[in-house]
Amino acid sequence: MNHLYQKDISGCGLSGIISTTGKLIPAEDIIKTIRIQNERGNGLGGGFAGYGIYPEYKDYYAVHIMFDHEQAKEDAEDYIENNYIVARKERIPHRRTSAITVHPLLWRYFVKVRTERPDLELEDLNKDDFVVKTVMKINSEIDGAYVFSSGKNMGAFKGVGFADEIADFFMLEQYQAYIWTAHNRFPTNTQGWWGGAHPFTLLDWSIVHNGEISSYGINKRYLEMFRYKCTLLTDTEVVAYLFDLLIRKHGLSAKLACMALAAPFWKDIDRMPEDERQVARQIRQVYGPAMLNGPFSILFAHSRGLIGLNDRIKLRPLIVATKDDRTYMASEESAIRTVCTKPDRVWAPRAGEPVIVELDAGVA
Amino acid sequence: MSKQKVKIKADAVYYRQLNEQIRKSIADGATEIELTGVNGQRYIGDGLHDRVKIIMDGVPGNDVAAFMNGPTIVIKNNSQDGTGNTMNDGKVVIHGHAGDVLGYGMRGGKLHILGDVGYRVGIHMKSYKDKVPTIIAGGKAGDFFGEYMACGNLILLGLNNTADEPLIGNYTGTGMHGGVIYIRGEVEAHQLGAEVGVKELDAEDHKRLKPLLEEYCADFGLELDKVMDKPFIKLIPISHRPYGRLYAY
Repeated sequence: MNHLYQKDISGCGLSGIISTTGKLIPAEDIIKTIRIQNERGNGLGGGFAGYGIYPEYKDYYAVHIMFDHEQAKEDAEDYIENNYIVARKERIPHRRTSAITVHPLLWRYFVKVRTERPDLELEDLNKDDFVVKTVMKINSEIDGAYVFSSGKNMGAFKGVGFADEIADFFMLEQYQAYIWTAHNRFPTNTQGWWGGAHPFTLLDWSIVHNGEISSYGINKRYLEMFRYKCTLLTDTEVVAYLFDLLIRKHGLSAKLACMALAAPFWKDIDRMPEDERQVARQIRQVYGPAMLNGPFSILFAHSRGLIGLNDRIKLRPLIVATKDDRTYMASEESAIRTVCTKPDRVWAPRAGEPVIVELDAGVA
Repeated sequence: MSKQKVKIKADAVYYRQLNEQIRKSIADGATEIELTGVNGQRYIGDGLHDRVKIIMDGVPGNDVAAFMNGPTIVIKNNSQDGTGNTMNDGKVVIHGHAGDVLGYGMRGGKLHILGDVGYRVGIHMKSYKDKVPTIIAGGKAGDFFGEYMACGNLILLGLNNTADEPLIGNYTGTGMHGGVIYIRGEVEAHQLGAEVGVKELDAEDHKRLKPLLEEYCADFGLELDKVMDKPFIKLIPISHRPYGRLYAY
């Protein structure tokens, strides 16, 4: 960066596509939707999440890790081999490009939890819990190692660059997914680094986010009470962990979890019908520290669906469109139109009102 | 002198090159420019002073017609965020819906939208001498409609609105201290900012509305009688200095 650097006014861009019938969508489609939104990023972060990309290892946790140095890799692999059966271990395929010249070591591991491990019994952890514990342990205790993906039959690919450059780098064209999300980053409050690019993931939850979470401090402390450790220096990380806590651990529906995060105003709760009011009051009372303050639009993906959500006064854009089996979500309508010129329906969801799309019943 | 009507293919052309081509065509004497294949290019028509007409069939990128001072832009599709930002004069006709922050700080000219509009429409609208801006939206609107409005006409028609969806959002006219909002239909008290009052239309209002709506109907081939078949309400500020005492201890 030289002295002529001028701040470009912009905001992050995001996009997502889901086929509700589980049809596989080529990576090219999601790349088109995010490339046209390059203007919303500044080249300091880009990434993708794809679901259905590892059918041959669909019963294994696909753990993607970035390492700053060889020692980090050795330490992390020691831990993984002691605790997991590793079915396959390899460099995450990537190619040398002119855009991405500096990058961490990138490896992936297809693993199953070793059930004979005493930790599981002593702490009464199920397998998902143990994977969460592993992610937290590696990210906070092994210097220079960061797990950036840990779900089954899904994976995140991210780094410093524009999203389309990251796609090229990771050879994304070789993957197909029934859900894709993508992100172009314009970091405002924290540095652009490989771990800080979006998506943020945990198990098969993944988040891409435009905005800033001014409640990060309280959200982070709240999550720490449940043993989540925020190590990636970016506010969005809390959203991935909050969804894991609220949905997987506490059993809330996606709709209620969204209500906790983008909670309605008290004055609007007062006007709700009695039964709805009771629910909304209790959600706000119990999950006050999980509420996200500040401007945001997020796409939240998991193995069975895609959810779009805005902050409660809509300080960031979000557009949704449907066509046949596909639902598209993006920061800008033109992004959707790069791959869907004649959508059946296009609309801008209201503030705080989640758009919840799930795979059709019976789709494996 | 080159021909007056020109066509520009915008397919996948980066916005800077596209806007350079538009400006060059105008400098070469074009009075009507048809853009084909527009999708997502930003800043179309920004800061143009000329009496030129720009027509497009695609969805332009953000901030179309920002700081525009005279041209007419016809978008035969939807428009994204920031349309007509700080516009000074001219007109934008949108045959679909429009996004958020429409007509922000606008101080002259017209925005005609057939469909819905997003959040923060017409905020900080103002006027200057004989310049009085007008926004007319045919569908429904989100929160903060006319927030901090200082002058101008902001008109919401709800033409195809169904009963189960709100015509307008919350915080309508919050901080408004000038201008007038006309709404075809009803607004509930909780949707209004503290600084606006609801009034019935008088003869003066009808005189003001009629030519504005006639022009709107002509743009979209609508019948004025159908637009007028439902009563309007008027929102005006209670005080022209709602925050005059905010910092007066």
